[in-house]
Amino acid sequence: MKNAPPETTPFFPRDREWHPPAFTPGYKTSVLRSPQRALISLEGTKSEITGPVFGHNILGEFDNDLIVNFAKPGEMAIGERIMVYGRVLDERGVGIPGALVEFWQANAGGRYRHKKETYLAPLDPNFGGCGRTITDENGGYFFKTIKPGPYPWPNGVNDWRPAHIHFSVFGHGFAQRLITQMYFEGDPMIWICPIVKTIPDENAIKGLIAALDMNNTIPHDMRAYKFDIILRGRRSTFFENRKEGN
Amino acid sequence: MVQPLTYFKESASQTAGPYVHIGCTPNFSGITGVYETDLGSGSMVNDKTRGERITIRGFVYDGAMTPLKDALIEIWQADADGFYNSPSETRGKADPNFLGWARCPGDMQTGEFVFETIKPGRVPFRDGRLMAPHVTFWIVARGINLGLNTRMYFSDEEQANAEDPILSRIEHRVRVPTLIGKREGDTVTFNIYLQGENETIFFDI
Repeated sequence: MKNAPPETTPFFPRDREWHPPAFTPGYKTSVLRSPQRALISLEGTKSEITGPVFGHNILGEFDNDLIVNFAKPGEMAIGERIMVYGRVLDERGVGIPGALVEFWQANAGGRYRHKKETYLAPLDPNFGGCGRTITDENGGYFFKTIKPGPYPWPNGVNDWRPAHIHFSVFGHGFAQRLITQMYFEGDPMIWICPIVKTIPDENAIKGLIAALDMNNTIPHDMRAYKFDIILRGRRSTFFENRKEGN
Repeated sequence: MVQPLTYFKESASQTAGPYVHIGCTPNFSGITGVYETDLGSGSMVNDKTRGERITIRGFVYDGAMTPLKDALIEIWQADADGFYNSPSETRGKADPNFLGWARCPGDMQTGEFVFETIKPGRVPFRDGRLMAPHVTFWIVARGINLGLNTRMYFSDEEQANAEDPILSRIEHRVRVPTLIGKREGDTVTFNIYLQGENETIFFDI
């Protein structure tokens, strides 16, 4: 990244047939929170193609280890020990270095540590549920955690979220900003979840399911799940419109 | 047969959910001791930051005119001279004392968001014309399936707003005021309406 010229081209248009639409009545909260008028299209200006950069100096030593980052000294969170790893890429397949990735999740019993959370499963005194990291020069990242549990939520009378980890990702431009969720290979709860089902395309859903990777599993310690995150691609420099005069 | 175009598809968005604070503003959600401070919290300016100090405040309203109490709002803006603090800013160097990015969760009781910042300078549009001063907003929350993008312009920039290449091409003029933050003294009020008669203009950027 250090020697690469800055990227100044606009991003590929977002495929809004691929993302969930705003209005998805099966997910009830979306009904009153979905804009009803057409979005106004805006080809990227400087305001959209630029974005903040976060340095490694913001990171603490255990920011990417949810097993210990909230635990009392010498103790650990309870649950199935896993490592989640992958790359942040753009739609061209180019790794995105220096990308801030934040993640949060419920504990092994499906309970979040949050003032407004009321599920009866107990809190784990050694589990906070948040972590973050910054991708390396190839876009790679990893973190250690425990596998979150599924949990019921107020939507239909018997709706459950599949086990999942939330991700918030920064690319190099503010227009790449993305929040999504990672699911786990083989979980039957994925396909009956009203939030998953907001995504119209089955292949788009499959793109959010992390694969169990026994090759990267650490023997006698933790299993590995691979989860690549794809952000919007940028137009190639040779197509750049240079009218701006820079 | 033709040569295949080998592009990946962007990861599909999923809602930030009701507990976005745990990941993005853990101290705010009551999880202390993991991060010293919440990223993007606090004032965006220090003593050396150039520019006119302003406070942006507002609410995000749903279709029943109820303020969202679980939204997370991020803003991104240029410095006082119109430069972004980003490697993709090639026109000049931005004020090193101004990142230009911040995030604020809506208050858990009232839903209000507040940003202590500076008024941005003007930034050129793609054809070189100057855009009016504006702040980019990104809104996520439970029930929002894909983050919403909008812009806040300033009510005290009537002339610049009239020339702005984005504002001036909006067909339904009656909707333009939804993008204008109302300035009174040092405070700029910008309410965001997800639905209804005054639905904010959101952009596909």
